[in-house]
Amino acid sequence: MTILAMDTSNQLLGVAIVKDGITLGEHVMHGHRDHSVRLLPAIEQLMKETKTAPEDLDRIVVGQGPGSYTGVRISMATAKTMAWALDIDVIGVSSLEALAYQGQLFSGYVCPFFDARRGQVYTALYASSPNSMEQVEEAVNPLFTEWLEQLRDKGEKVLFLSPDIEIYRDIITETLGDQAVIPENSMHYARPSVLAQIGAARQADNLHQIVPDYVRLTEAESNWLKQQEQQK
Amino acid sequence: MKTSELILAIETSCDETAAAVIEGGTVIRSNVVASQIESHKRFGGVVPEIASRHHVEQITIVIEEALQQAGVEKKDLDAIAVTQGPGLIGALLVGVNAAKALAFSIGKPLIGVHHIAGHIYANRLEQEFAFPLLALVVSGGHTELVLMKEHGSFEVIGETRDDAAGEAYDKVARTLQLPYPGGPRIDKLAAEGKESIDFPRAWLESESYDFSFSGLKSAVINTLHNAKQKGETYPPADVAASFQASVIEVLVGKTLRAAEEYGAKQVIVAGGVAANSGLRAALEQAFADKQADLLIPPLALCTDNAAMIGAAASISYHQGKFADLAMNARASMPL
Ligand SMILES: [Zn+2]
Repeated sequence: MTILAMDTSNQLLGVAIVKDGITLGEHVMHGHRDHSVRLLPAIEQLMKETKTAPEDLDRIVVGQGPGSYTGVRISMATAKTMAWALDIDVIGVSSLEALAYQGQLFSGYVCPFFDARRGQVYTALYASSPNSMEQVEEAVNPLFTEWLEQLRDKGEKVLFLSPDIEIYRDIITETLGDQAVIPENSMHYARPSVLAQIGAARQADNLHQIVPDYVRLTEAESNWLKQQEQQK
Repeated sequence: MKTSELILAIETSCDETAAAVIEGGTVIRSNVVASQIESHKRFGGVVPEIASRHHVEQITIVIEEALQQAGVEKKDLDAIAVTQGPGLIGALLVGVNAAKALAFSIGKPLIGVHHIAGHIYANRLEQEFAFPLLALVVSGGHTELVLMKEHGSFEVIGETRDDAAGEAYDKVARTLQLPYPGGPRIDKLAAEGKESIDFPRAWLESESYDFSFSGLKSAVINTLHNAKQKGETYPPADVAASFQASVIEVLVGKTLRAAEEYGAKQVIVAGGVAANSGLRAALEQAFADKQADLLIPPLALCTDNAAMIGAAASISYHQGKFADLAMNARASMPL
């Protein structure tokens, strides 16, 4: 089975081609800008270099977010349309989960997160042991300070993984002390080949219905809901 | 290069997710539009983030439907076209990335289309162009007079210096507390009222083809505000009729003068406001005994659709103007 994996939901632009569990190639670019300009050329280049034709693909795995609303839509629109055009499966994988797998050799809790501005993050919680990675908390959009207190109360070691780690490093160590494990810089980025690996084992999503996991409503919608609430 | 090429076109610049198959630039094989008006209504206007979210939900559905209705297979397509801009950037990005993905996957050339070129070319789905051609483009985001001397060449000879005509319609509609979308409601209301209030006409410099609608908009708001303070009211139908009369007089007056100066063989009206019945009637009357032929597309082709993008793309196809996979969406771009 040949898989094309892609994710543009955060700073990283990642594309990978994995055939029968073997990574043929990966392309990773850092920096939030121009995902829309770079994604298709990156796919084209990687497919050329790995001698993979579009017809050779069996499934497409896409990072479903959360992250930048625009970023996550770029890869989702691309993945959906490619899968439709080639008549193959599309599988959405949480971008947080892909990042959590950077801690797959860790024993304890793994907390991947992305900055969501104004002190908020997109995060989830996984329990990792060398042979398994289990999600224990759904993707949420909390104030990071409150989330950290919850993690501290668990009383166990937590591995933090995030491309935005530097924004929050101090507050993490202040709140969790010895409980917090923060690895070297290179560990804070999800590899697109890992996305493919996770997606290889999953059931296909409904092609027309798959959408990004934004985790939160648009501002207009939440304001509208508040208004409705007040009018009751 | 064949003349009856089949182009799949995609349009997502605002709040319609649309796809169409156009044959030879003039024949509509299918024209699918998924409108989002219902979901933006409660917010009183288009919310860009919500529009973008809907586009991702709809994009493959409308593309599939466009091919099915056209009875065309992917492999039969000769090119993929998409609105590159101008428009809401988040919305455009969905269409642009879908188009790139599709073009790459099935190995077909990609064509980026200017949204306004699309609106103008909507008319070619009805009648072949004759040059020089003058286009009056009026929509929520645009008020422009465009001169075309040949296919694919656009010279903007006049444009709005502030609000687009459609914007003024929306704001006046809100002042009159008409539900969204306001333009068609004012048009309807205007037909029931009489022109009893003398609103200003912004002619600007005598030789200018530019437009300005913000003064008119303010005049309407101030008139209603002052009346309210004095405990008076104007019948909304009369306000609508008087406002619309001012907009139309300027639009028609400048179009007529430009058509004569440039010796236009055809005058075409494009964009969402081309659906306005008051404007249509006034233009028909003004051009009844003129040399230039007046073309106004049927209602379904006035509002945003992908058929018009396919029609415009056909010209690029024959001129060999293709985009590469690094093409990006552009919120604003010159015609
Ligand atoms: Zn338009």
